[in-house]
Amino acid sequence: MRDFSYFRAASTEEASRATLDAGAMLLAGGTTLLDLAKCGVTEPDTLVDITHLAGLGDMTVDANGATIGALAKMGEVADHPGVKAAFPAVAQSLSLAASAQLRNMATIGGNLLQRTRCSYFREPGVFPACNKRNPGSGCSAIGGVTRNHAVLGTSRACIAVNPGDLAVALVAFDAYVEMGRRRVAIEDFYMLPGETPDWETVLKKGEIITGIAIPASPAAKNSTYLKVRDRQSYEFAAASAAVGIEFEADGKTVRDIRVALGGVATRPWRARAVEQSLIGTVLNVEAVEKASRLSVEGAVSHGGNRYKIELAPRVVARAILTMGGLA
Amino acid sequence: MTRTIHLSLDINGKQHELDVEPRVTLLDALRESLALTGTKKGCDQGQCGACTCHVDGKRVLSCLTLAAQVEGRQITTIEGIAAEGGDLHPVQAAFIENDAFQCGYCTPGQIMSAVACIREGHAGSEEEIREYMSGNLCRCGAYNSIVAAVREAAEMAATGVAAKDKAEVA
Repeated sequence: MRDFSYFRAASTEEASRATLDAGAMLLAGGTTLLDLAKCGVTEPDTLVDITHLAGLGDMTVDANGATIGALAKMGEVADHPGVKAAFPAVAQSLSLAASAQLRNMATIGGNLLQRTRCSYFREPGVFPACNKRNPGSGCSAIGGVTRNHAVLGTSRACIAVNPGDLAVALVAFDAYVEMGRRRVAIEDFYMLPGETPDWETVLKKGEIITGIAIPASPAAKNSTYLKVRDRQSYEFAAASAAVGIEFEADGKTVRDIRVALGGVATRPWRARAVEQSLIGTVLNVEAVEKASRLSVEGAVSHGGNRYKIELAPRVVARAILTMGGLA
Repeated sequence: MTRTIHLSLDINGKQHELDVEPRVTLLDALRESLALTGTKKGCDQGQCGACTCHVDGKRVLSCLTLAAQVEGRQITTIEGIAAEGGDLHPVQAAFIENDAFQCGYCTPGQIMSAVACIREGHAGSEEEIREYMSGNLCRCGAYNSIVAAVREAAEMAATGVAAKDKAEVA
């Protein structure tokens, strides 16, 4: 890891100013940043430590929803009784992510900015070509081993998966990312790779994520996060789904349904076609399986990741059937 | 850039002064600057758990924590958990009792993680222990004995009676 200078910010404003310098990066939990610095992927000149700022880790949950400070730790949010009660999929997405140690370190703001696990991206010494790391240099993954790469939202420049779990649940329930006074719907926060995969979010230089806001909804309250992976714990998703359902007073007709996918796309992926096809219907196994196939409309295989096009709809279907009491 | 910064770290209840480069992790500071080599370096990338320590009572990975970040926090390492008189921590004793290691390299991290796992209330069943200890890899594959040790230590913490003594009482 190349050396850098260390600056402990005394306020959000000071941190914001300090990150305007080229080569300066914010340091929160450090679980992504220091890992990538050791891989040689990021080479900051200055790290601006914001972990000592007070108040940025506060959480409140009330009838309107949840507001969670950017410095709240993944583990704290996963274990928060209010979050567990009003947003089970959000709590589960966090408790199924990483390990207990990492969840004690990693912050919510940092979690939203975690980088891809693409092994070509992570190995600059062996694979110099990576449009995300080095714009215009090419993509080593295309034509390579693609078992863990995206099938949705890819471009000819990049097929790297967004590895997040939390962001998937947040996309399902229309959460917002707050950057001081600026507030962006989380779906608009993440950008498709297109020709500029190095540009991942709408966060601007000098901006700091200060928190997230999740509006309360009956669908969010009746929700689940299903994560399927190569080993049972401490592993990224092969495919995952956040699903929430609100039923009409009859208890069986779908009034509102939210479906989002993880582990298969270049950004957290809302599956609106699945939602639209099930609203107003009474769930049954056949209809749910058929609707779930719409979640991978437009999916592109690169060889090794072909299985994800089969797996993702099954994960979606299982999550919907579970919430509908049919699994 | 070989500038060093001065840090004062609270480790196992003792204040330590050291001068290190800003990039030095807590793990390297413990092992290289302070000769506290109980904390092990496995992958050095946050994937194995061998370097697990406690910061303000919470288990964290010292390989992904900068030493500079934990100034003012209370750090506990494997050297700091036994009683002052030298009696082993109950989790240490349970690891010996259950033969919960082979080569022993991952053991300090396993024990630090287990102490926190029990304190968090995440050691209620074998399944829960396996889930909440999943950040600690053991390449010798001593998992069954590790789970048994954590289970025994958790029961002892809950009842105040060591499992081996329970048999004698019965």
